[in-house]
Amino acid sequence: MDHLYGKGIRPNQGEWAVEARGLVKTFGDNRAVDGVDLNVRAGSIYGVLGPNGAGKTTTIRMLATLLRPDAGSARIFGHDVAKESQIVRQLIGVTGQYASVDESLSATENLVIFSRLLGLGRGEARRKAAELLEEFGLTEAAKRPLKNFSGGMRRRLDLAASLIAQPPLIFLDEPTTGLDPRTRAQMWETIRRLVKTGSTVLLTTQYLDEADQLADRIAVIDRGRVVAEGTVDELKASVGTSSLQLRVQNAMDVEAARRTIERVLKVQSNVSSEAGKITAPMADADRVTDLLIALREAGIPLAELSVQKPTLDEVFLTITGHGVSSDEPNKEGVSA
Amino acid sequence: MRSTTIKAGAHLPLKNRTSFSQSVRHSLTMAYRGLLKIRRTPEQLFDVTLQPIIFTLMFTYIFGGAISGDVQSYLPVIIPGILVQTVITTSIVTGVQLREDMDKGVFDRFKSLPIARIAPLAGALLADTIRYTIATVLTFSMGYIMGYRPDGGLGHVAIAAVLVICCSWAISWIFAFFGVIARTASSVQGISMLVLFPLTFLSNAFVPTKTMPDWLQWFVNINPISHLVTAVRDLANAGTAGWDLGISLIGAAVIVAVFAPITVRAYMRRT
Repeated sequence: MDHLYGKGIRPNQGEWAVEARGLVKTFGDNRAVDGVDLNVRAGSIYGVLGPNGAGKTTTIRMLATLLRPDAGSARIFGHDVAKESQIVRQLIGVTGQYASVDESLSATENLVIFSRLLGLGRGEARRKAAELLEEFGLTEAAKRPLKNFSGGMRRRLDLAASLIAQPPLIFLDEPTTGLDPRTRAQMWETIRRLVKTGSTVLLTTQYLDEADQLADRIAVIDRGRVVAEGTVDELKASVGTSSLQLRVQNAMDVEAARRTIERVLKVQSNVSSEAGKITAPMADADRVTDLLIALREAGIPLAELSVQKPTLDEVFLTITGHGVSSDEPNKEGVSA
Repeated sequence: MRSTTIKAGAHLPLKNRTSFSQSVRHSLTMAYRGLLKIRRTPEQLFDVTLQPIIFTLMFTYIFGGAISGDVQSYLPVIIPGILVQTVITTSIVTGVQLREDMDKGVFDRFKSLPIARIAPLAGALLADTIRYTIATVLTFSMGYIMGYRPDGGLGHVAIAAVLVICCSWAISWIFAFFGVIARTASSVQGISMLVLFPLTFLSNAFVPTKTMPDWLQWFVNINPISHLVTAVRDLANAGTAGWDLGISLIGAAVIVAVFAPITVRAYMRRT
């Protein structure tokens, strides 16, 4: 996409859709965003994950030229958001947390007006509106005023409106908050399709599984700061190891099984009170083969066994919880 | 589809400024949006339909006998006065609605679009001229029903109508400014009424200036509303255009020149 940026710009900058350095925004005495750095590679889905009030929306609003940063700088495809805001606006689409469409108008009217504002002719705008409504499954509701739209329909229309100009970078602020699981899955599908067509997506979410499902890289934000950044797997690995979960058929074998596990894996294991379930951390999932052989030799029949990566929930708790400063080894492999 | 997306990006003329013609086109599109909104919610036209009818009836029959001796001879005085008062009061609603509108999510999208910054404001204000037109036509119609026959003829009445609409549009920039800086819609209403009430009543709109004490006459004579009322009276009743017309137009131009830029700036800063 280098040819987007004219001659004077070094080609390697074209790789970055977003480069933000030390963004700060203060509301009164609340530092909503406190020195955020973000790098988003063009053509990827980047997730900004954090609890309510962590500064996700404020960050997006600054990147989308809706809010002026108090300090720091941000570039969108190499263009400064403060100095070249009108250029940046030509490169982005924004879908806000609260549907940014006109309540009192119909879906078609909304899309036609946005298309006209983006420079499409009268007929062109009508065609584009019909095309997008079709693509987002809103054709039947095209003439109805938005007041009667469900939350999911509104979000879809909102996203459709962001895609009129086919912007190379799309900001989605909590795109699935308040949607039912089925609509949420549809939204995910749409987002994936967008990236396949060459767009870059920066989305915020407070749902861990959403970041897990969609994002190539994730930044975890807490109290206005990026506390961790990396791929999903890196973040998970940072919490530590895989975990082994095992249940024996015969409750009398629990102690023998534990001894075997601790001998083979050389770690401490835990027995949970319910149904004699043994859990143990594992450095290397491959060691489970040795363990199974050892258990067979010891004559311990198993009821259930699984090796799992830690969930993003565990990552999140570890990083944003007390573990951040006291548990340094947890941040291994994560450039915070 | 990858290629189409990139192509769309490639022929984008990436300019950091919007041209004047683009600004006009964006404003007209935003005005079209305003008209669509009025069509969807016709109940917001209640004020411009009822106020001219009620105020014209009320003021004419209450003051007519006392001021001009009888209702018939009061009509040429009161109709231009009430017209100016009604239409300018209507322009307060512009600021109030702008405030309400700006609180909605859709203004976030307008801000994120590569359009002229002035367009969302200018468009809203432009669409509201339809409200002033309704109020103007109704006031003249009420006057006609009550027996007002302006000597200036239909052509001059039409010019007077256009003059009032233009000046109200200019004044609506003041209320748009309040709309942008105020926190709530009701505070816009409050501030605007506070400004407008003395301006419309401390003028020659309802009573001849001669009857007022000297110090008040001084204010009434410099009050721009008085000049506008006089200009409308000259046009409608005599078919003449005097210095008052000039002052009104200059005043309107000055208001737009001052308030349009500071309103746009305040709008851009506010988030």
